[in-house]
Amino acid sequence: MDRNPIIQIKNLKKTYNSGKKNEVRAVDNVSFDIYEGETFGLVGESGSGKSTTGKLLMKLDSLTDGQVFFLGENIQDKRSRKDLLDFRRNVQMVFQDPYASLNPRLTVKEIIGGPLEVHKLVSSKKERDQIVYSLLEQVGLSKSFANRYPKEFSGGQCQRVGIARAIALKPKFIIADEAISALDVSIQAQIVNLLRNLKKEANLTYLFIAHDLSMVKYISDRIGVMNRGKIVELAKADDIYRSPLHPYTESLLSAIPEPDPENERSRQRIAYDETQFSYQEDDPQVGLHEIAPEHFIYCHENEVEQYQQKYQQLQKEVV
Amino acid sequence: MTEIKAKVSETMVQKNILSVKDLTISFHTFEGEVQAVRGVSFDLKEGETLALVGESGSGKTVSTKAITRLLPTKSANISSGEILYNGENLLDKSAKEMNKIRGKEIAMIFQDPMTSLNPTLTVGRQIAEPLEEHQGLSKKAALAEAIQLMEKVGIIGAKQRASQYPHQFSGGMRQRVMIAMALACHPKIVIADEPTTALDVTIQAQIIDLLKDLKTEFQTSTIFITHDLGVVANIADRVAVMYAGKIVEIGTSDEIFYNPKHPYTWGLLASMPTLEIGDKDLYTIPGAPPNLLNLPKGDPFASRNMYALEIDFEEEPEMYRISETHYAATWLLDVQAPEIEPPLEIQARNKIFEQTLAAKKG
Repeated sequence: MDRNPIIQIKNLKKTYNSGKKNEVRAVDNVSFDIYEGETFGLVGESGSGKSTTGKLLMKLDSLTDGQVFFLGENIQDKRSRKDLLDFRRNVQMVFQDPYASLNPRLTVKEIIGGPLEVHKLVSSKKERDQIVYSLLEQVGLSKSFANRYPKEFSGGQCQRVGIARAIALKPKFIIADEAISALDVSIQAQIVNLLRNLKKEANLTYLFIAHDLSMVKYISDRIGVMNRGKIVELAKADDIYRSPLHPYTESLLSAIPEPDPENERSRQRIAYDETQFSYQEDDPQVGLHEIAPEHFIYCHENEVEQYQQKYQQLQKEVV
Repeated sequence: MTEIKAKVSETMVQKNILSVKDLTISFHTFEGEVQAVRGVSFDLKEGETLALVGESGSGKTVSTKAITRLLPTKSANISSGEILYNGENLLDKSAKEMNKIRGKEIAMIFQDPMTSLNPTLTVGRQIAEPLEEHQGLSKKAALAEAIQLMEKVGIIGAKQRASQYPHQFSGGMRQRVMIAMALACHPKIVIADEPTTALDVTIQAQIIDLLKDLKTEFQTSTIFITHDLGVVANIADRVAVMYAGKIVEIGTSDEIFYNPKHPYTWGLLASMPTLEIGDKDLYTIPGAPPNLLNLPKGDPFASRNMYALEIDFEEEPEMYRISETHYAATWLLDVQAPEIEPPLEIQARNKIFEQTLAAKKG
């Protein structure tokens, strides 16, 4: 795989109500890279900071501290309208709620064609419509949808419109924030297949934010598990499923119900006890440590060996 | 395996506590009649958990709201059917009589713990209210009982928390309050409508475990509505799959998950990623659910069904019997239907079914 980082995140922090009693560290010193052409899955419970991280990458919210580099350039330095337009042309987003993220007063062709006009990529309405038609086809919708309004469509169809809008500018990087959570089971599979196929066609890179771990595992190359604003485990998708090391990941994986009654009857849930992790604030030895190749755990340096033993133990069990 | 055997023989002698027969419900709208429920029949047995599974708009919530008579009287029209509870038809009850049944005999847990609680009343008062109403307890006694219930559903520091308001509770804790409220009068039947959908997976797991424990303790029969097949596998004794206002397949949990017969059930099960899928595309059900305003001729699932036969576009299939407990509405089960091969994922599931069957016999 091409290991060219498209996004580099360094010590990213976002604090709300800073210095006040109700201070919230939504994203707390997070660092990771996303490589060109991969799908990076970000999972965690509500409030873990995964959506905030997505927003910060998209520059929809300002970061408190740290740096985000997109293709080597610090996105904090992008301030002029021209720079921002240029940035957003390459970074697009697919949102969770397929209805709320489409303007109800615009027709589908105005919605999908909007970005093309803003970026002055088309010179006439006719040219815009031609591109919109081919985009509709790409996401599996009929040309006849172009003149209709979002409310006339089902959730799955609206999500396809949202995806068509996101790929209209031929971006390099797409952030999908819970893009399938609001859809029915039979529609989820359709949208996931669509996202996968678009990625292959256009060599896209995805940040896939979700709480449905089985879907994340399927679509992602690597996965980061977030808890309380921190990434606690980061590894290849298969590895994290076969050998989860951090107790929080174990607990999360043990909680996913599977459509298999025999398994469910014998399932043991693992509770996560947060209190066992009381690291000193600003301890330089606490951080993401590499336990096995490309398998990182947030822990104290003293714990590394213990995790390594656990990893080897799990590897043996698999064999 | 002997344990499973014992379970099966137990279910045989179980009495029906609730029988829904040929329930048909439509809604008047400006655009016309929406046929939300089209002839739904099922029995709820004593002490069992029956899961109703289906996509949004398949009629699962509407069917159960008819049981507690919570449908809007102006727009909803129950055109036929009966709901028998204790030998009496609930649809014939007056509003006053229903008030005595609701909460006391049949209680509900709703999906959204954020909006289903009264924000202006303390949590303790809300749990105590049905106790005063149905059991005639004094205010003080009811509150004491409410605090006990809160402890039972795992709310720590119940005494202090009883005087707090819903906004001071997290989503999972609010759902616990809802459960305490529903169980307050020891109802015979609990209808849980997507009780864990709004919750995180870890919290969801806790709530499911809680519901299972309480079911054993209180001996309640449960109708569990959800679209998450994983949750169903965990909690249900029997499963009914709904599509376009009808039950298309019903059976025990093992029958539905390991020996499904309806192509829609196949689609639902096969479209979820498995560990072995690798880089292959997911199996999908093409298209979208039909518009209930004007249903197509024949089976409403036909246009999305890659196994559809000619007759599917002409006539809706009847329920075919597969076993004493297992029924499915698909023409594929007709004697004249051609042999077809279900998706690979389903074939793998069938193997598990055959193995368990063999193990049971052996």
